[in-house]
Amino acid sequence: MTRAKPEDDEYWTRSKLKAFTFDDEDDKFSQLKESKRAVNSIFDEDDDDDEDDVERVNWSGEPVGSISWSVKETASSGHSGSEQGFPKIDTTPSLSKRGSGYSLSSLFKAKSKSGGFQSFSESFSDTSIRTYAPELRKPKSDAKDFVSDLNPEETVRRMRKGRGYSLEKFRSLQDKLLLLDEAVALYDGNVITAVLIYLKKSLNKEILWRELMPRDVALRHYLHYLKEMGEQKLLLELLRALGRTEDMALMQYKEHLNIKDEGKRKDFLKSCISLPFSQDDATHVQDHYTLLERQIIIEISEKQYILTALGARAKLKLWFDVDSLFNTKNWLGYTKKKSPIGFHRVVDILQKNNAPISVLQEYVNLIDDTELKLSTALKYKCHDIVINTYRDMKDRQQLAAYGGKLERDSPEYRKMQAILNNGQIKWKN
Amino acid sequence: MAQTERRRDAPELPDFSLLKRVARDQLIFLLEQLPGSKDLFIDADLMSPLDRIANVTILKQHEVDKLYKVELKQVVSTSDQLCFLIRPRIQTVKWISDLVNSDKAAGRFRRYKIIFTPQKFYACDNILEEQGVYGDITTDEWNFYILPLDDDILSLELPEFFRDNFLEGDQRWVTTGGSALYLLQNMYGSFSKVYGIGRCAKMVYESWREQMEDGEKRIKQPEFAKVFLIDRDVDFVTPLCSQVVYEGLVDDIFRIKCSSVEFGPDVTSSDKSIKVMLNSQDKVFNEIRNEHFSNVFGFLSQKAKNLQTAYDKRRGMDIQQMKTFVADELKGLKQEHRLLSLHIGASESMMKKKTKQDFQELLKTEHSLLEGFEIRACIAYIQEHISRQVSMIDSLRLLCLLSLTENGLLSKDYRSLKSQFLQSYGIHHLLTFANLRQLGLLVEQQSGETLTVMESKVGKLVNDKTVGKLTDAFSSLAKKSNFRALSRKLALVPKSGEEYDLRVPRDMAYIFSGAYIPLSCKLIEQVLERDGWTGLEEVTRMLNGQEFAGSAGGHSSDAQRIILVMFLGGCTYSEISALRFLGKERGCRFIVVTTAITNSARLLEALLENRA
Repeated sequence: MTRAKPEDDEYWTRSKLKAFTFDDEDDKFSQLKESKRAVNSIFDEDDDDDEDDVERVNWSGEPVGSISWSVKETASSGHSGSEQGFPKIDTTPSLSKRGSGYSLSSLFKAKSKSGGFQSFSESFSDTSIRTYAPELRKPKSDAKDFVSDLNPEETVRRMRKGRGYSLEKFRSLQDKLLLLDEAVALYDGNVITAVLIYLKKSLNKEILWRELMPRDVALRHYLHYLKEMGEQKLLLELLRALGRTEDMALMQYKEHLNIKDEGKRKDFLKSCISLPFSQDDATHVQDHYTLLERQIIIEISEKQYILTALGARAKLKLWFDVDSLFNTKNWLGYTKKKSPIGFHRVVDILQKNNAPISVLQEYVNLIDDTELKLSTALKYKCHDIVINTYRDMKDRQQLAAYGGKLERDSPEYRKMQAILNNGQIKWKN
Repeated sequence: MAQTERRRDAPELPDFSLLKRVARDQLIFLLEQLPGSKDLFIDADLMSPLDRIANVTILKQHEVDKLYKVELKQVVSTSDQLCFLIRPRIQTVKWISDLVNSDKAAGRFRRYKIIFTPQKFYACDNILEEQGVYGDITTDEWNFYILPLDDDILSLELPEFFRDNFLEGDQRWVTTGGSALYLLQNMYGSFSKVYGIGRCAKMVYESWREQMEDGEKRIKQPEFAKVFLIDRDVDFVTPLCSQVVYEGLVDDIFRIKCSSVEFGPDVTSSDKSIKVMLNSQDKVFNEIRNEHFSNVFGFLSQKAKNLQTAYDKRRGMDIQQMKTFVADELKGLKQEHRLLSLHIGASESMMKKKTKQDFQELLKTEHSLLEGFEIRACIAYIQEHISRQVSMIDSLRLLCLLSLTENGLLSKDYRSLKSQFLQSYGIHHLLTFANLRQLGLLVEQQSGETLTVMESKVGKLVNDKTVGKLTDAFSSLAKKSNFRALSRKLALVPKSGEEYDLRVPRDMAYIFSGAYIPLSCKLIEQVLERDGWTGLEEVTRMLNGQEFAGSAGGHSSDAQRIILVMFLGGCTYSEISALRFLGKERGCRFIVVTTAITNSARLLEALLENRA
C-alpha cells in the first residue's frame, strides 16, 4: 500500500476537506464515524419505513467538513430539489429526539441490511441489534402484520432490497406461482432462488417440476441451485423428468472427476457406458473406459505417433533414432526421408531440444517449399543452406547482404565469397 | 508517441480513489461490529482487491489478530472470535457451518461473524438455517461493488459473473450490476443517455433504473454524458483473439491481477520475482500500454538512450551543479531507470516465449479465420496444434474462433476435431465441449432445413417480451454468431493487402495488427455516432436483438464528454486500448466498468469442468 500515500495526499489537496488532515489524531475518530455514515447513506434506499426516517433525521445537521460529509454531500445534494423527502422528516419530531440519544454505531447496526434478511416472522437472533438499538425497530407485531399483508409484487421487491418479508402466506399453488413469476419479472437471481427454495420446501417435487418446465429462467436457477448444493441425485432425477437425457448423462459422467481411486473410477465409468449420451459422446465414454481398463492408448494417428516419438527421442538426444523415424526404403532399396508432418515442424521440435546444427541442417534441407526452407534456415542460422538457397535462386544481392551476418574468414564466409566470384552463375540481379 | 498524447480539449476524469476510501471505511466499520481481538479469514480471490484498499496495519488497528486464507480445510485458529470475509458462495458458507458445528460438538464457545461482499444471498442464509447455525453467526454485507483499477478502469472483480450468468443462466449478479451503476451515479453525478445491447445489459439497466426510482430523486449535473452497457456474449470473437497490444500481451503471458503483475527471474534477470503495479502511475508503462508490441522495443530503446544522455550530464559538472543534479533529477532518473529495465526485461521475455510457440503462425491462422480466408489450411493448422498437444487453451481458442467465424463447424470437421482434442487432452473434455456448445462458442452446423424451422421459432421467441421462455436448445441456436455478415456490414476486417502502419494507427484495428476492428468497440462507436441504434437494425438483428436506448434522467450536457462503458461478463485490455484510441480520436474519454478483466484463457478456463 505504498501507493496509498500519494493518493491520500492528492485527495486531501484536491478536495474541500483541507481543514482536516490525517495526521490530526483527535479528528481521526470522528472522521471515521462520519465516513461510516456517508457509506451507509450511499447505499441507502428510500423507503416508507420509519427506519429510514430515523436515519434521515440523524443525518441532518451533520458537521460540515469531513470526508464523509463530502461523500454524503455528493450522494444527497439533490435533497433540496426533491420535495418528497424533506418535509416528511420534519413531521416526525419525536423520532429525531429519540435517535439523538443513540451512539452512531448503534444507528448503523440498526440500519445494517443483515437485519432485513431474516424474516420478521422469525425472532431476531441478532442479539446485537436488540442490545444496541431496540427502539429503532418497529414493534414486531406491527411488522408481521405488515409483511404478511403484502402482495407478491411488493413481497419480491422487499426481498430485493433485503427488507423484512414473509412467504408463509403464499400457500395456494396459484399464489406460489404468482410469487415466482413476480421474482422472475424482477430479474434478480437472488430473489428467484429464494422463492425457489421456499417452493422446494413447500411443494411436492413433481408438482414443482411440472410448473418449472415452461418457466425457463426459473428452471435454470433451480438447476444451478441444485448443482451448487450438490444435490446430484435430485438433479439427475429432474433432468430425466424434463426429458433432457443427454444433459443427465453428462452430469452423471462428470462425477468421475471426483473419484480418486483408479479402480473405483474405472467401475464408475463402466456404469456410465449405458447412459443415454449422444452417439459420438457414447463412443468417447466407451473409449474412456477402455483406456483406463487397458491403460494403453487406443488408436494413435500416424501424425500423433510421429510427434510423440519425435519429442521423446529428441529429448534423449538420440539423433540416430530420430533418423530412423523418417527413413523409408523404396523398392530399389534406397532410403528416403518421409514425414506425415511438415519437416519445418520437425526442425522446430529438434531445435527446441537443442539438436546440433548438423542435424538441423539435414532436416531443413528436406523442406520442400523454398520460401519456407529459407525462412527456417534464417531463423536457425543454418548458414550453409541459406547460402545455397540464395545461389539456387540466383539472388546475388541477398547473398551479398547475408555476408554481413557471417564471421569473416569462417568457412561459410569463404564459401559465399567463392560463389559471388563464380563467373559461371547467371545472377538475376 | 502519438498514442499517448491526449487531445487538448479531452475532459478530466473524476477522482475514483474516493470509491476506495468509502469501501475501506465501510470495512473498518464492519470490523468494529465485532469488538475485541479476532482472527480474519479471507476468500482467496478477495485478497488482491482488499490489498488495493487497505493493508495489514489497518486491519491490525481494528483488532484483527491473525489473517487466514479461506481454504475450506480444518481451522487451526485459537481465537475466541472468528470473522469471515467472503464472497456469497454456498461452498464457503457450508464450510463455516461445519466449523461452527464442530466447535459446538467440542463444547467450544466462539463468536462468529460473516461479512459477505458485495452482498449476501438468500441461499447462504438458507444454508445457515439448514445447518442449525443460524443465529450462532452474525452476518453483514460489505457493499464493496467497485474497485478502481486505474484512472479509467473500474472493476467489480466478479470473474464468476461470466459463468453464472451466461452458462448457468443464474441472474444473481444482475442487481449487483445495477447497484454498481447506482453507486457511481450517487457519488459522481447522473448520466444523460443510456444505450445497451444484450439480455443481461437490459436487465442490469432495468435494475439500476428501479433503484434510481426507489431512491431519492437527485438533480445533479451529469458527470458522465453517456453510458453504454454490453453483454460479453454479443462479441466472443474479440476476447478470443491473441492480444498484441503491450498491456494485453502482458496480461496474456503473465496474467495481471488487480492491475498488479508478478515478473519472474526471466524478466528481472536476478533470482528474484517482483510484483509491480501496472497503471498510469508507472510513467514508462503508461506510454507503452496501448502500443502495438512491435513499436514497444523501438520506444524503449529510444527511452534508454535519452536516459543515458540525462545521466551523462554529470560529466563535467562542478560540485554545485552535481549537488543540484542529485537533489533534483537523480531520483527521477533512477526511478525511470528501474521501470525501463523492468519493461525491457518483460518485452524480451515475452518475445522469447512467443517465438518459441510459433506466434507468427498462430496469428496468421487467427487472421485467416477473421478474414474467412483459406479455412481448410486453418483447420489443418488447428489439427496439428491439437495433435502436438501444446497449450490446450490455445487449441480450444482456435476451435472456438473457427466456429464463431464460420457459424459453426461442418459435422465431419466437428466430429474429427473433437475426437482428436479428446485424445490429446483427455476424454473428460467432452464436458467442456458440452459447455461450449451451450454458450454457442463451438457448435456443429445444423442441416439447412432444421435450421430454418428452428430459426423462425427462435426468432419469434426472441422477440417475445418474456425472454425467459427460451429453452436451452433454442438459445444455443439463437446464438448463431453471424460473424461474417456482421464483419462485412461493419467493415471490421480491412481489405487484405493494404499496408497498415502500426506506428500511426488509423483505426481501432491497430490493436489486432490492423487485421480486425473489435466488434464490441465498433458497436459502441457506431451507436455513439448515431446517438442510438437507428440505421443499425440489420446489425442488431444479426446480434439477436436486445438493444435499447433511453434517457437516464440526468440533464444532457454535451460539455461532459465522459462515456461509461459497462462490460457484463468481462472485457480485455485490448478492448480498453481500442476505446482509449477511439476517445483520443473523438475528443472524449471512456471509463470502462467491467465485471472483471478477462482474456481468452480466463474466459475458456471458466468453462472447464474440473471442480467437484
